[in-house]
Amino acid sequence: MLRYAIRRLLQLIPVVIGVSFIIYFIMDLAPGDIVDIEAAEEGLTQEQMEERREEYGLNDNVVIRYARYMFQFLQGDLGKSYTTKKPVLNEFMAKLPSTMKLAAASALVSVLLSLSLGIYGALHRGSLGDNIAMVLSFVGLAIPNFWLGLMLIIVFSLKLGLLPSGGATKAGAIILPAITVGTGLTASLARTTRSSMLDVLGQDYLRTERAKGTPERTVVLKYALRNALIPIITIAGGQFAGALGGSVLTESVFSWPGVGRLITEAVSARDVPMVTGGIILKTIIIGVILLVIDLLYAVVDPRIKARYSKGGKKRK
Amino acid sequence: MNNNTTEPRQLRKVSQKYTRQSQIAMVMHNLAKNKGAMAGLAIIVLLALVAIFADFLFDYEAEVAAVRLDRSLIAPCLQYPCGTDDLGRNILACIVHGARYSLSVGLIATLMGLIAGVFFGAIAGYYGGVLEDVIMRCNDILSSIPAILMGIVIVSAMGVSLPNLMLAIGITSVPQFVRITRASVLTVRNQEYIEALKATGLSEARIIGLHVLPNCLSPIIVQITLRIGSAVIAASSLSFLGLGVPAPAPEWGAMLSMGRQFIRTASYMTIFPGMAILITVLAFNLLGDGLRDALDPKLKK
Repeated sequence: MLRYAIRRLLQLIPVVIGVSFIIYFIMDLAPGDIVDIEAAEEGLTQEQMEERREEYGLNDNVVIRYARYMFQFLQGDLGKSYTTKKPVLNEFMAKLPSTMKLAAASALVSVLLSLSLGIYGALHRGSLGDNIAMVLSFVGLAIPNFWLGLMLIIVFSLKLGLLPSGGATKAGAIILPAITVGTGLTASLARTTRSSMLDVLGQDYLRTERAKGTPERTVVLKYALRNALIPIITIAGGQFAGALGGSVLTESVFSWPGVGRLITEAVSARDVPMVTGGIILKTIIIGVILLVIDLLYAVVDPRIKARYSKGGKKRK
Repeated sequence: MNNNTTEPRQLRKVSQKYTRQSQIAMVMHNLAKNKGAMAGLAIIVLLALVAIFADFLFDYEAEVAAVRLDRSLIAPCLQYPCGTDDLGRNILACIVHGARYSLSVGLIATLMGLIAGVFFGAIAGYYGGVLEDVIMRCNDILSSIPAILMGIVIVSAMGVSLPNLMLAIGITSVPQFVRITRASVLTVRNQEYIEALKATGLSEARIIGLHVLPNCLSPIIVQITLRIGSAVIAASSLSFLGLGVPAPAPEWGAMLSMGRQFIRTASYMTIFPGMAILITVLAFNLLGDGLRDALDPKLKK
């Protein structure tokens, strides 16, 4: 299992290099650079602008700049942000906790809602409640997330005055963004839960369990749900990884100080090291989370664990 | 094919019914039974008509482009069912004209993703080997960059304009098409009729284009419908961030972003454009879901 994990981590390397390459070169196409923006703000002369460019190393060819960037990167240095002059890694890490908080809260909302909706739907298949839940999940899939956020702000902060509409410092500020991101995720997770539970519920071993007099609650939650978990974990994990990468729009709607906004603002400031570094770090985080999920399968499903310990066959 | 079954008469009737139909007719028949899909299709047709005939419904110059401060911020009423915005523009007229942007971005971006994705996916699936590895690795890299960030980076680098918005969304939808095309080409590649075609000396481009891909269409068609929905959301998201269609144009996401400034006083400015996005995406998702069931009845549980 350890060897599998290491192999997966090594596979991340070419992905990270590719991502940095793509982002670095696209950012280079952008009209204007950081010096143009600074010149507009500080009123620099042509000579001062040239000096700044020299200082940032912007006068070299893009290939040379990229090579230099990658050389530093391989030594673990993501460079300094042009705008704040602080190391990119520190800037990113400063915003990561609030993104993690939001991702965790959204995942909680999503998992609680989807498991209850999905299990209810599977147990009462075709009932009115099931149909309503499925229609809602369809609508949930189609709702633009940022619009849902705006609607929640209108209802809960402006009309009812219950919750703050933005910022991260006020009490309860996390509730609306977490619901916004969480309900967006619920739509697909609830459908997965429902169909996965339906697959499992028809199995013979559940009938055996019932025949043994096991309470229905235990049958459903312990024997059925646990066997239905694999696809649920796959979807939920992917969603959590995505949310950890920072949800740009929700963060923008609720002025949430997360990594998504950090990167977006860096794009408009032409802060190339911040953008490239931020996206690289995001890619690494998502890759690691997806790996953790794969390893989680082994915890949930002893059959997969057995396959790891035999060492030979690996899933692809 | 049903001649040997135990209930010949009934089944023969069924099989006769279907042998006379082409596959398309069969799919349409399945689709017509799906209420959700039909509702989706109806909405899409309606939206398309609205977009095409937008100029007949509302005069662009008078209702959308003109600044008329004498009628700014009127709440929804009979004359202006969705109200007017801060510049006195008729919001319903803006939404109607905005349908053009959303639908055209959705369609063209998806088409771009489709062409590139099917091309590379088919090559990867058909030839395999190193070529497949290279294409799929590049695909992994592309898909590991979150779509919205990729969109932001591309649009800010190339400049804020409609074609660049389409390009950005098109690029982010390539990986899905590559993956799906490759997967279904893989199932066709080793079948005997392909072997037979190779023996006839047909060129490989023809084999792929005329005989492999047509047998891979179902998942691709479903993916197209679903991708249009996500492309509409992506377009409005980027416009919301100020990176979509340039400002005065009545794009739904841009309208939301403008409405946001008036969210305290004129919440209807944010409610209606969002509803338009929601309904459009819902329609494409319903149709896509129905198509998936209709094209492959085995999948339906």
